[in-house]
Order: sequence, then C-alpha cells, then structure tokens
Amino acid sequence: MPDIAAFLLEKILLAVFLFIVVLAVVAYATLGERKIAGFFQDRHGPNRAGPWGLFQPIADGVKFFMKEEMIPDRASKVAFVIAPTFTFTAAGLLMAAIPFGDRILIGGREVLLQLADIHIGILYILAVGSLGVYGIIVGGWASNNKYSLMGGLRASSQMISYEIAMGLAIVALLIDHGTPSLRQIVLQQSGSLWHWSVFSNPLGFLIFYVAAFAEASRIPFDLPEAENELVAGYHTEYSSMKFGLFQFGEYTHMTLSSGIIATLYFGGWNIPWVAVPEQATFWWGLLTFAVFWAKTLFFMFVFMWVRWTIPRFRYDQLMYLGWKRLIPLGILNIFLTAGLLLLFQQIGWAR
Amino acid sequence: MARNNGTQVKDPFRKYDLTLAERLYIPAIAKGMAVTLSHFFKKPVTIQYPEQKPKVSHRWRGRHVLKRDEFGRERCVGCQMCELACPADAITIQAGEVPPERRHLHTTERYSITYEIDMLRCIYCGLCEEACPEAAIFLTPFYEFAEDSREKLIYNKEMLTEKIGGPIFYKD
Repeated sequence: MPDIAAFLLEKILLAVFLFIVVLAVVAYATLGERKIAGFFQDRHGPNRAGPWGLFQPIADGVKFFMKEEMIPDRASKVAFVIAPTFTFTAAGLLMAAIPFGDRILIGGREVLLQLADIHIGILYILAVGSLGVYGIIVGGWASNNKYSLMGGLRASSQMISYEIAMGLAIVALLIDHGTPSLRQIVLQQSGSLWHWSVFSNPLGFLIFYVAAFAEASRIPFDLPEAENELVAGYHTEYSSMKFGLFQFGEYTHMTLSSGIIATLYFGGWNIPWVAVPEQATFWWGLLTFAVFWAKTLFFMFVFMWVRWTIPRFRYDQLMYLGWKRLIPLGILNIFLTAGLLLLFQQIGWAR
Repeated sequence: MARNNGTQVKDPFRKYDLTLAERLYIPAIAKGMAVTLSHFFKKPVTIQYPEQKPKVSHRWRGRHVLKRDEFGRERCVGCQMCELACPADAITIQAGEVPPERRHLHTTERYSITYEIDMLRCIYCGLCEEACPEAAIFLTPFYEFAEDSREKLIYNKEMLTEKIGGPIFYKD
C-alpha cells in the first residue's frame, strides 16, 4: 500500500511540475514569438511591460480575464464553451508521453522525467494530437456563423490531411528503431551525434517537420488563421478567455510538437557523445531536462523563423502538397528506409 | 545566328519552367531564411519614444504660431487669406476693426477678432503659411500637443499667438 501511495504521489507531483513548466514555457513562448517576430522585422517586440517585456504574458492573462465574454445568442451554448477546451486538452495530453529527461535522483528516489513511458508512445502521441481537430470543428459549428463553419471545416481538413503524412513518416522511424516507446527511441539515439534519427532518416524528418507545421496551423499553413484575420473563421465569435484558450492551446501544440521533433529525430534529452550513466544523479537529471528544453526551444525558434520568411499557401496548394506530394513521399520513404535497413543489416552496418 | 542579348534560351516545349531543385523550393526557402536570420541580428530601427525622440528638420510642419513684429504688434491683419487657402477648412476667422484700446497692438485698422484653428481638422500642409501676405502664421516643428478631448484641440488666438519677445525669423 505505501508503495502505491508513494508512486501516486510521485506521479502527481511530477505531473503538476511538468504541467507548470510547460505552461510557463508556453506563456513565454507568446512573448518570445512577439519579440522574435520583432527582431526579424528590424524592430523591438514588446518592451514596455517590464524589462524586455517580461511581464507581457501576465498583462495578456489579466487582459483575458477582464475582457467581456460574449456568447452569440443562437449559438449552442454548451458546445461553444467546451470547444476551446478540446484544443487545449488535446495539446496538453501530449505532455504525458514526452520524455522530458532521463532519471533524476531526488530525495533518494529515482524519478523518471517522463510522466508515462507508454510502450506505444508514438501511437499515443498521434492519437491524442488528432483530438485537437474536434475543438476547431465544434468551435466553428457552435458559433452559429456561416464563416466560422467554413473556416473550421477548412482548418480541420488541413489538419487531418497532414496527419496521414505524419503517420507515414513515423512508420519509417518505427522501422528504424523497432519500438514505438519514446524512451527507447531516445535511448537508442544515445552515444554519438550520428546516432540521431535525423541522420538515418532525413527524408522522414523533412516530411514530419512539414506535417508538424501544418498540424500546428503555422505559416506557411495558416490559411485558417489568415482568413480569420481577414474575414472570419472558427474563432470569430470567441472573446476573452475562450479565445485566449484557443490561442494558448495552439501555442501548447507548437511547443509540444517541437518537443516531439526533438525527441524523435534529434536525440531527445541526449547529449552527443555522452553515454547514459547507469546510476542517475540529480545533476544528470537536471542536465537532460535542460538539454531537452534547449532543443525544443531551438525548434520553436525555427517555427517562428519560417513564419516570417515564407508566404502562406493557398488552400488548394495546401491540399495538393499534403495529399499528392507528402503522402507519396512518405510511402517512398518507408520503402527506402526498409530497403536500406535490410541492406545495412546484410553488410553489417546496422544494429 | 540568333541574337537574344545573352538570355538563356530554354526549350519552349519543356514541361516545367523551373528545374527540379527549384520546384522543391528548398534552395529558395533556405535563401529566404538566411535573409531573415540576417535581419534578426541587425540592430532594430525603432526609435523608443518617449525616451528617444525622432529628429525633425526645422522646416517640419507642426503646431502653428501667429507671430508679432519687433515692436510687439501682431502681424495678423485678419485678411482671411489663410482661411481661404486651407484645404481642410480648419481655420475660422472673424475679422473686424481694431478698437481704440488695441491700437498699440496692430499696424492697420483691420484685425482678426477671433482666430481658431481646429488642430484635428488641420492637415499640416502649410498652405496657410504660404498664403499669408503678412508672414504672420508659421508652422513650427513642435508636435507634442496631444489632448484627451476634441474641445481642447480647437486652438484660439491666445493659444496661437506667440508671446511678446519671441524670436523673429523668416523660414528660408
């Protein structure tokens, strides 16, 4: 009994800690996005609310609390209010399987910095990530607004198209690693820099990365949002906190997508050429945690970097890219990976 | 011998206008990202108002001023040329005869009894300054006169006329 209680306590504390860390990173990602966007555009970002604008997310939070909430008269009230929670919850659930670090020694206990080392980790990620689409569809439908509905349909069609490409890229990765468990994938990438999956599966990485952009509705795939600015879209009728939750969910999705990319292709919490020790210490755990976040923050920077470089796709170009280019490429990648793996196994290069 | 001033002649019946590498857009994206990154490391061009203020030239058209001559007499004779010239109808003038108590302030019998400029209507074009035959009205480089109500931004003659002893200068 005390074992189970200790286990539960450990997991709950870890969950709360990771949740807070991810929320803090997401909140400051909004500030980071604005500052980085500013510097790309030869201007400063927000720098009035505290030094370097560090209180800006707090100011934004207070603003969202104080703004007037509006629910359209003929909207489906329950669905309208619940829709943003789908987006945020689906994004938040992703953090259950992501390996944020290796084991850490705290108070004599060895704690794994991963909420749940699910043995089908990748499938869980794909499944939960797909749930975010519900928020968009329900939000668009419940708004009682033709434009919201159309915007929601477009956004959701974009997201489901690119999920297929994502899945195909992951199949190739599974062929390489042989296990869907995220912790095992990270462990297999330890040792040398060249063990990172991006080197054994570069095409898969490209496909996955492009699909991740489309999943997160980031430019160049942000047609749902650009239309929202111009005309309407699934979050037209949303004000204040519900809108804030949509945005927060989107940033959480982007952050955790960056984390997933770092995990799957860039060695996760591994440090190149540093072997994973048998016995974990406090400092080792902290180090792996920091390395994971360093890689994740870099990929978030690349998300923002691409946003301010490339013009956005038209809807039909977007669909064409997803269905007629990425999916065949993904299938080709699977054949290539499998073939090369067989070949290297015969030669003796591969494990 | 075909003369095509050096442009590369491509087969007009080829299927695509771009090469395969170009069609992937990867080189284009990479070049674009390099440009963007170079801007990331450049110094921003923002002027941090109000700690830093933009430099304006001495001919910059800002707040108006009605000037006096070297004896302290108002130059404005109420001729209403500026009111006529104003494209935004921002100037409103009531002209009249100089009363005895004001004789020392004017050079002629006519003066502007009331002279109002609606600073919100004004487009700061300077046509009033160009139209004035007396060199009475000028636009100064001052621009920090924001107010919190529309009424406060309708300037009357007292607000516009310079104090006695102000600088005498003609804009070049």
